[in-house]
Amino acid sequence: MSTKTRDGGRPDSGGHPVAWEGPPVDLTAQSPRIGEKIIKAVLVSAAALSVLVTVGIVASLFAPVAEFFTHVSLGEFLFGTEWTALFGDKFNWDDKSWGVLPLVTATLMITLISLVVAVPFGLGAAIYLSEYASPRVRKIFKPILEILAGVPTVVYGFLALTVITPILKPLLGIEGIYSMISPGIVMGFMIVPTIASLSEDAMSAVPLALRQGSYALGANRMQTTIRVVFPAALSGIVAAIVLGISRAIGETMIVAIAAGNMPLFTADPLKGAQTMTGFIAQAASGDTPQGSPSYYALFAIGALLFVMTLLINMISIRLVRKYRQAY
Amino acid sequence: MTATTLVVDQSLKSGRRKGVGSTVFAIALWACLAIICAFLFFVLAVIVQKGLARFDPNLVTEHPSRLRPDTSGVKSALFGTIWIMVLTALIALPLGIAAAVYLEEYADGTRWWNRLIELNIQNLAAVPSVIYGILALGFVVRGPLSIGAVLLAGAIALALLILPVVIITCREALRSVPSEIRSGSLALGATQWQTTWKQVLPAAVPGIATGSILALSRAIGEAAPLLLVGATTFLTFNPDGVFSRYTVLPTQIFSLVPLDRVEFRDLAYSTILLLIIVLLVMNALAIWLRNRYQRQW
Repeated sequence: MSTKTRDGGRPDSGGHPVAWEGPPVDLTAQSPRIGEKIIKAVLVSAAALSVLVTVGIVASLFAPVAEFFTHVSLGEFLFGTEWTALFGDKFNWDDKSWGVLPLVTATLMITLISLVVAVPFGLGAAIYLSEYASPRVRKIFKPILEILAGVPTVVYGFLALTVITPILKPLLGIEGIYSMISPGIVMGFMIVPTIASLSEDAMSAVPLALRQGSYALGANRMQTTIRVVFPAALSGIVAAIVLGISRAIGETMIVAIAAGNMPLFTADPLKGAQTMTGFIAQAASGDTPQGSPSYYALFAIGALLFVMTLLINMISIRLVRKYRQAY
Repeated sequence: MTATTLVVDQSLKSGRRKGVGSTVFAIALWACLAIICAFLFFVLAVIVQKGLARFDPNLVTEHPSRLRPDTSGVKSALFGTIWIMVLTALIALPLGIAAAVYLEEYADGTRWWNRLIELNIQNLAAVPSVIYGILALGFVVRGPLSIGAVLLAGAIALALLILPVVIITCREALRSVPSEIRSGSLALGATQWQTTWKQVLPAAVPGIATGSILALSRAIGEAAPLLLVGATTFLTFNPDGVFSRYTVLPTQIFSLVPLDRVEFRDLAYSTILLLIIVLLVMNALAIWLRNRYQRQW
């Protein structure tokens, strides 16, 4: 059977159209269409605004950060192990320690705890939804993930402080009302939807033919999932996890509420320690006059946070581009 | 080949090669989903159970107070949230939709500047929300614009925060409109803008509306950037304009955290319940819109 007859009666695309035998026709626009051009210019400027926002972020950080580093050396900032920005005299630079490491280690510690929760649960849910669930089940559970993602982080923070920490306290022996493990666990559930829905997209994009080929060779569903679908979707899954890391590092309210306001250079998850975002929230909600050391410190921490998340995002985008398999 | 040889052996269908490991694997996957759902229901149950204690008319008719936690409410914060949601929508939606229309309908994706814009939007979508607060603090509250810690400053911070999300979801909505619609319109003599305005955008409205509602619901739950642009606490008046001082529900909850008395805790949970109800209504609206108007082309 030839394909021509299936073409809905359209003329055979392989044939030659009848040549135009009149004078040559000018197909360029007859009117200048000023309105169209104005509209296009408006649309372009709306899109260009997004670039302006990035420029604005960098510009708004630049001057205060430069001012900060005229008072604090870069070495002290990056390698110091004590951070006492909000202690002592409000307008004095010299009676404080400016080592950012305690804030960074607390951020990374809580991020790590959240990943320990989010990666297995998020990936498990994604695999189930993509490979095992029927369309009806998927239709029920996807909105649940969306609701989980929609709960405000200030609510998660409040729950971590007033419900999760009291539950964990006798189990793990947490001293005091703040800890890193409690906000870490809650933050894990906060980033589960990010990891689950992006990984599910990646696995759903793996063509059915690969699965059928695997089944035809005698593999069962588990073997197909682990050895065929998972590796094929790996770049998307890694990108989802990297994006989850970036969200965990930048998350503010959960840690500001439940991890405490005490910068502490420790790896003990049962202790409370202030993170980078926690410091920004504390400095912003407290009394921080413009021009005071802690005002500049806020921008310095913001710049560090921006650079860290930007690098992580670029890695994620690069990973997707580089290892994306074209099917 | 005759049809008789194609009769499927029933034993092939019934999965006799399923081992114990396979079953355990399936159960483990199912358990992951179940635990996630259990966590969500636990969260909602705690909020409802503790929030009902103070979920009375005073919550929305009385202003916040440090002195009378048992009868005070969050009226100014509720009005602030409504104000800021409307303002954020007015700023972010036109800009976001315009940018999405440009990128999807006009832009040549091979040009470096268009690729730069796309990469930039991807990056902005993952910038921590607190950074947008720093941007607004440096540019809008102080610095070049210097309008102070007012409603408009908060709305600008939130609008910039959700702009990438709005652009990305609107682009997806526009992309799902089949190209035959565009070709048909152009072939009938419509200009590119007429095609976009009269054919593509109307067809994409359900997707755009869903995405916009979800983005706005993210904005009104956000507290971190507003801490930096001065959402004040315990305000006893409603905002009366875009240059008014303001407070919103999430920052109100945050300001109740350090207050340890049980009346403040109850008030905080009731405020959370109020916020969650607002958000659930918005999410339900978005999901309903999507299911009701989603078209399969």
